[in-house]
Amino acid sequence: MSVLVYTESENGAFKKTAYEVSSYAKGIADMLGTDVAAISFHAADAGDLGTYGVKTLHNVKDAKLDKFNAGAYADAIAQAAKAVDAKVIVISSSADSKYLGSLLSVHLDAGYVSNVVALPSSADPFTVKRSVFTNKAFSNTQISTDRKLIGLSKNAYGLKENPTDCSVVDFAPSLNDDDFKVEVKSVDKATDKVTIADAEIVVSAGRGMKGPENWGMIEELAGVLGAATACSKPVSDMGWRPHGEHVGQTGKPVASSLYIAIGISGAIQHLAGINSSKVKVVINTDAEAPFFKAADYGVVGDAFEVVPVLIEKLKAFKAANA
Amino acid sequence: MKILVCISHVPDTTSKINFTDNDTQFDTNGVQFVINPNDEFGLTRAMWFKEKQGASVDVVTVGGAEVEPTLRKALAIGADQAIRVDTPAVDGYAVAKELADVVKNGGYDLVIAGRESIDYNGGMVPGMVAAMTGSSFVNTCIALEIEGSSVTATREIDGGKETVTTSLPLVIGGQKGLVEESDLRIPNMRGIMMARKKPLDVKASIDASSETSTVSFEKPAPKGAVTLVEADNLDRLVDLLHNEAKVI
Repeated sequence: MSVLVYTESENGAFKKTAYEVSSYAKGIADMLGTDVAAISFHAADAGDLGTYGVKTLHNVKDAKLDKFNAGAYADAIAQAAKAVDAKVIVISSSADSKYLGSLLSVHLDAGYVSNVVALPSSADPFTVKRSVFTNKAFSNTQISTDRKLIGLSKNAYGLKENPTDCSVVDFAPSLNDDDFKVEVKSVDKATDKVTIADAEIVVSAGRGMKGPENWGMIEELAGVLGAATACSKPVSDMGWRPHGEHVGQTGKPVASSLYIAIGISGAIQHLAGINSSKVKVVINTDAEAPFFKAADYGVVGDAFEVVPVLIEKLKAFKAANA
Repeated sequence: MKILVCISHVPDTTSKINFTDNDTQFDTNGVQFVINPNDEFGLTRAMWFKEKQGASVDVVTVGGAEVEPTLRKALAIGADQAIRVDTPAVDGYAVAKELADVVKNGGYDLVIAGRESIDYNGGMVPGMVAAMTGSSFVNTCIALEIEGSSVTATREIDGGKETVTTSLPLVIGGQKGLVEESDLRIPNMRGIMMARKKPLDVKASIDASSETSTVSFEKPAPKGAVTLVEADNLDRLVDLLHNEAKVI
């Protein structure tokens, strides 16, 4: 018996979330007195999976799986789960993992709980805590099936080192035509930009910026911090910024370490999307803006004066701490 | 083309979240319920197919009689008929089993569900319905075109979007982008009057088992007050982010 974790990679290298889900899987394996096995697609090597407690990496090298395909990936992961007799399977909360999670759950007859934020409070009955009501509450949820599937929220558990030797074995799932009913034709991805999903820091701006022509300083601030840029709903609705940057209840959720909101008043739908971020900084001219109630740090001031100075201060800080 | 739109009956986004019965039940007292926003985008796209390509559109919800006003609103927006599966929505798996039964018996070509409901945020029902009915599945769908049984869809991925092709039968997990918010329809008086005459079929549950159950709810610990930094003292902000919050 093992705990199986799906470790996502890009161009052969593991994503940071792969190490976070591995850390979490190791925590569960310790509770159950077992080991962690991982499955990945086209990983170059074991990377740092051993550092985070993974004992064996089952690496899939099938050319048909070069591009992410939810149906085929779910089938392959299900076969790996059966091969290692996994009672618990852990995936992340990325768009891809959420896509394949429900398919995988049906393949394995595994009770699925997504948005999990902590290790199980009990292994028997198996009880996990997940966020609900867009992070306004938590539900302690029991899973009653023999196999259990957990989707871990980003940044909820963090990285925990548990060094072990990780061996890599080839894993060749047996796939059928049904797995490829959906065919990926083209991918349009800005490769040079930090994405909101992967970013540790997100710099977000709203109507207070007065127009799309003023986004240069937002991008400069994001550049200094190595951050992704985001925006409020009215800004994407007005076409100032692309829809993919819209953060909120019907937009993208953000679970970054630091979220900087500039010229955003803090509508409840926006706050729902950023609740999972650890530290929130708000810059706004209106001292009564509701966002200040949700923020950790705040600056009451004009973004057009504050942001350029903040950029210079951060540049100096970076230079001093390089 | 026969379309089924799965509707979740959810608390309005501004609702206060409280619990009763020793924190085991959601407190519906004073809460306004609405069509789940992700489902509303899907319903409007279904209306487009109905008007431009001659599709029929049914809507379905799993739940008790309290969900019927939400189904009536969907009828007022233009759906042809509504189905309520008469059982509480216990967990994603049980709901998906009930919906899969409706899909199989109704012979639907296209099932549109929201990518997640804004109450439990599980995001699992659309994919489960697809797997249970042997349909293709496209999640986080932001564009959908159908010609005959050929489908071209665009879905949002982390950091961009991708275009896929597939064929009917299809289940999508839809969201904003399927239509723009400005295209969402508000029921007019004629629609509301017509909705009263449209069929709302109450279907007996197949008594699908659940795989998970909520033991209790809890709310996050109260947050401390904001630390305000003077606009002319941004060195302090940098210092706080570095030494206190440890995020830079």
